[in-house]
This record gives sequence, C-alpha cells and structure tokens, in this order.
Amino acid sequence: MSALTDDTLPITPRAMRDEMVAFGLMAVLLAIVPLTGIYPFFVMQALCFALLACAFNLLVGYGGLLSFGHAMFLGTAGYVSAHALKVWALPPELGIIVGTAASCVLAVITGYVSIRRQGIYFSMITLALSQLLYFIYLQAPFTHGEDGIQGVPQGYLFGVFDLSKPTVLYYVVLAGFLGGFLLIYRTINSPFGEVLKSIRENEPRAISLGYKTDHYKLLAFILSGTLAGFAGSLKVFVAQNASLTDVHWSMSGEIVLMTLVGGLGTIFGPVVGAFIIIAMQQYLAGYGQWVTVIQGVIFVACVLTFRRGIIGELARLLRRSL
Amino acid sequence: MQALYAQLLVGLINGSFYALLSLGLAVIFGMLNIINFAHGALYMMGAFCAYFLLNIAGIGYWWALIIAPIVVGIFGMILERTMLQWLSGLDHVYGLLLTFGIALIIQGVFQNYFGSSGLPYQIPDALRGGMNLGFMFLPIYRGWVVVFSLVICLATWFLIEKTQLGAYLRAATENPTLVRAFGINVPRMITLTYGLGVGLAALAGVLSAPINQVRPLMGADLIIVVFAVVVIGGMGSIMGSIITGFALGVIEGLTKYFYPEASNTVVFVLMVLVLLVKPTGLTGRAA
Repeated sequence: MSALTDDTLPITPRAMRDEMVAFGLMAVLLAIVPLTGIYPFFVMQALCFALLACAFNLLVGYGGLLSFGHAMFLGTAGYVSAHALKVWALPPELGIIVGTAASCVLAVITGYVSIRRQGIYFSMITLALSQLLYFIYLQAPFTHGEDGIQGVPQGYLFGVFDLSKPTVLYYVVLAGFLGGFLLIYRTINSPFGEVLKSIRENEPRAISLGYKTDHYKLLAFILSGTLAGFAGSLKVFVAQNASLTDVHWSMSGEIVLMTLVGGLGTIFGPVVGAFIIIAMQQYLAGYGQWVTVIQGVIFVACVLTFRRGIIGELARLLRRSL
Repeated sequence: MQALYAQLLVGLINGSFYALLSLGLAVIFGMLNIINFAHGALYMMGAFCAYFLLNIAGIGYWWALIIAPIVVGIFGMILERTMLQWLSGLDHVYGLLLTFGIALIIQGVFQNYFGSSGLPYQIPDALRGGMNLGFMFLPIYRGWVVVFSLVICLATWFLIEKTQLGAYLRAATENPTLVRAFGINVPRMITLTYGLGVGLAALAGVLSAPINQVRPLMGADLIIVVFAVVVIGGMGSIMGSIITGFALGVIEGLTKYFYPEASNTVVFVLMVLVLLVKPTGLTGRAA
C-alpha cells in the first residue's frame, strides 16, 4: 500500500522549533487582523473552516481515513448550538458546549459504524451516513427545513464579552481556533499520534505489534468529529444561522478540497487551504455555478500534479516539517 | 392494494437504476481500483445526450438507447486515457478525489447552461399507454424499463463471467502483469472496461429520462445511494451487485408505501445494519 503522505520527516527538536516559530507567526498575523482593516467577517469564517479542515486532516493525514462526510459534524453542532441559543436561550458558552457534545455523540455512533471498513469503503460509508443525517435534518421540525435556523442571538460570553461586537467576536473565534489547533498539534505529536501514523503506514503490522487499531481509529474519529463540531458551533456565532448547506455533501467535498490544496498530513496546510478556498468563494461569488467548476478543476489539478499541496511542497523545498 | 403495487413498481424501477449503476461501479473498481464518483454525472450526461439527440438532431428514443451510451462511453475513455490512468499505483483515495473533481466540473457546466430545473423528455410512441394486469394498471414504459435493465444486467454478467473476453478481464483483475506477459494489451482493456461501466451509467440515464426528467443534478444524489448499495452488496460479485440493486429498490418502494417519511433514508439505515452485522457486505470478501 502506498501511503497518502510519502515523505514524513522524523520529529527532531529542530522540526519542533520550526513548527513553534511558524505557529507563533500565524498567531501574531491573525491577532493583528482587526487593526489592518481586513473584513473581519471573512477572516472569522475562514478560521472556522480552518479549524474544521485541521480536524478533518487529523483523521485523513495522520490516520489515513478519508472521511467524505465531515459536514455532518459541522451541521449537527451548528443546528444544536443554534437551537440551544435561540429556543432554549442558553448563554454562548453553554451553546458551544451543547453543540460540540452533540457532534461528539454523533462521532461515537458514526465512528463505530464506519471504521468497520477500510480505505475506499470508509469514504463511501461516511458519505452515506452524512446523507442520512441530511435527510433527517431536512424533515426534522426543529431545523426548519429549507429555511434553516435564522437570526441566532450572539449574547454575552461568560456574561462579560459582547459577541455582537465584531472585534470581540473575532478574538473569541481566534482563541477557539488556536486552542483547537494546539490540541490537534499536541495529539499528532503524542504517543497516540505515533500509533495512529503507524496504522496509516501499515495497519497489519500495527496489529501484529499488539495495538488494538480499531480503538485508535475510533478515538481519532471521535476527536476529529468533536473538533469539527466545535468549529461548527463557533461558526453559528459568525453566520448567526444554521442551514442545510452545512450538512450537504458538497460541504464535505469543500472540506476535503481545502485540506488537499493546503496539503494532506501537514500541520499548517489545512489552514492555508481553508483561507484560499474561502477567499476564492468570496471573490467569485458573482459567477454562479462556475465556482463549482473551478473547485472541480482544482481537485483534478491537485490530484494529478500537486498531491502534496502548497504546504507539503513548501516543506519539501525547505526540507522542514510544516 | 393498487397503491402498494404502484410503489413496488417504482421500487423496481429505482432498483434497475441502482443495479445498472452499481454494476458499472463494480466492473470499474475491479479493473481500475477506482471508485468512480463521476458515475452520477455520467448517468446525467446519458440523459442529456438523449435530450439533445431528440431536440437538436431529431433522433428518437430507440437510437438514443444505442448512441448515448457510445458517446458517453467514448467521453469516459478519453477521461481514462487523459487522467485516470496516471493514478495507477497510488492510494485508492486519489481516484475518488479525482473523479469527484470531474463530477463537480461536469455538473457545474450543465448547471450553468440548464439551471437546476428539469427538462421534459417524451415517452416514445410505441411504449405509451398501459396494460391492465387484473390486479394493477401497468404503464408500459415502466414495465419496459424494468425488463430491459434486467436483460442488460444479465448480458453484462454473461459477458464477464462466461465469455473469453470476460475471462481475460477477470484474469487481468487478479494479476495484470501476468496477463500482459501472455501478450494481452491490458491498458487497452482497462480503457474499454471504463468505457463499458460508463456506458451502462449512460444507458440508465437514457432509460430514466422519460420518468425522472432531465436535470443537471439528477445523478448527484443518486450516486450517494448507489454507494450505500455498493457497501451493502460488496463489489466482489457481479450477480451480487445486480440482486442487491433490485432488492434495495423494492425495499425502498415498500417503505414508501408503509412509512413514507423513511423512504429517503431506508437504504442508508440498511447499510448501517449490514455493517453492524456483517461488515464485509452481503457478498463481499474481506478487503
């Protein structure tokens, strides 16, 4: 079996230092955004998708499991958070917790079903499961079908931070993103992450070494789904709605595309990919379905000529792990 | 009772499309090791091809049944020669991603020119009207779709399991290098196999044009159901794909009668149940 990422560099103190420098640079750049006059709504949206793509990448880049249904976690957390905030009038922190917890429960169930098959079947199963969820949400009364849940109140986080102010909301979303990112980074470099990588490279050998690979894969799936849900809950505060778009298969495809463009199995790739794809959608919004065509072309181009993605190629040129 | 039989017939028709599409997916997967995500888009192209033939060239349904699969099959073979062939030896996932991209391109282009609404396609004169079977009224076209699909499925099974060409195909699936050593042009066989699988999808598209209307996204949701069918049936056996396809269509039809709210989801729920009980699929070997 050829692995998804063929040139993983060993983790050395130098690599760790490089990654921390890159992380610091990214955090500083993102922190000064409100001072630059860049439209904060765009960056907040991109940050939510970046966290989503990083969560997805944890599963595919390090566990070798390509989920084609990650939109179900985004959408589920979004619907539950929006419902909790609007109908139950919960404070923001509880709204986020409830939404993320719902995604966690969903990840436990769907993970238990889907990790029973490997490779290509796993992708088809996750896609089918997310379509199942799509039809459930289409018919369930609390999601309001085609209309979605509109006008979700933002409220005061911990009773102090007024989330209806763009700058405050921006820093809350940024904190959520950086927290999620560090958690994923820590996971990748933990003993758990090492076992996960060994399963990606050669599952039979990992089994023969005594690892219960199904447990590791399920745990990775739950972690990935929960963090994707966290991103979905954060997104509710930015978009102030939850709709069927977020559960549709095309959303799952976009998540894959972001990660592929940035670089599967790279630490910073999904972030770069998310910013590129969201920016592209923003600028090409007036061109209707040509956006879909362009996304398709990017998919084809990436797979045929550019499989390492932007950060993957950069890392190879610099001989660093990024 | 009338309504039950009517839903059973609708189920059988959907089952024909599931069978034709999952059959094509299985044949392609056997030779190319690729799950063809573009299958739904190519099914849609088959329907559009019939529509163009009728409205631009004035060529009717019967010729469309032959011409559309050939045209779309050639289009598929060009895709295979220009793109898919470069993926051999890579992780299977890349095949899925590439064909997903191709599906987005095809569907996006058609959506730009034809929007999302359906275009009508007339039932050919010879198949209009219906028959009274005593217990139900059978629209002739619908009966024709079921019978014709079944014949095509069995013909494909015969081609692969019982002929010399099929024997080469099966041998090349098991060990392409060895088959090449016998002087058989395996790359050309791979291209033809992809053309065959795609042609089956286009044929299903032509058959569905008078029933489901011709829409750019007509294959997009269908292909996800077909994926679930493939997971349930496993891709190891041709006959397995055919039987699973028809059976799931019938089950879906029954659900529409007894519990319509679940008719969209029943195939996916069955997939979950099968995975819990027999993870390799009903006919599948351990993969």
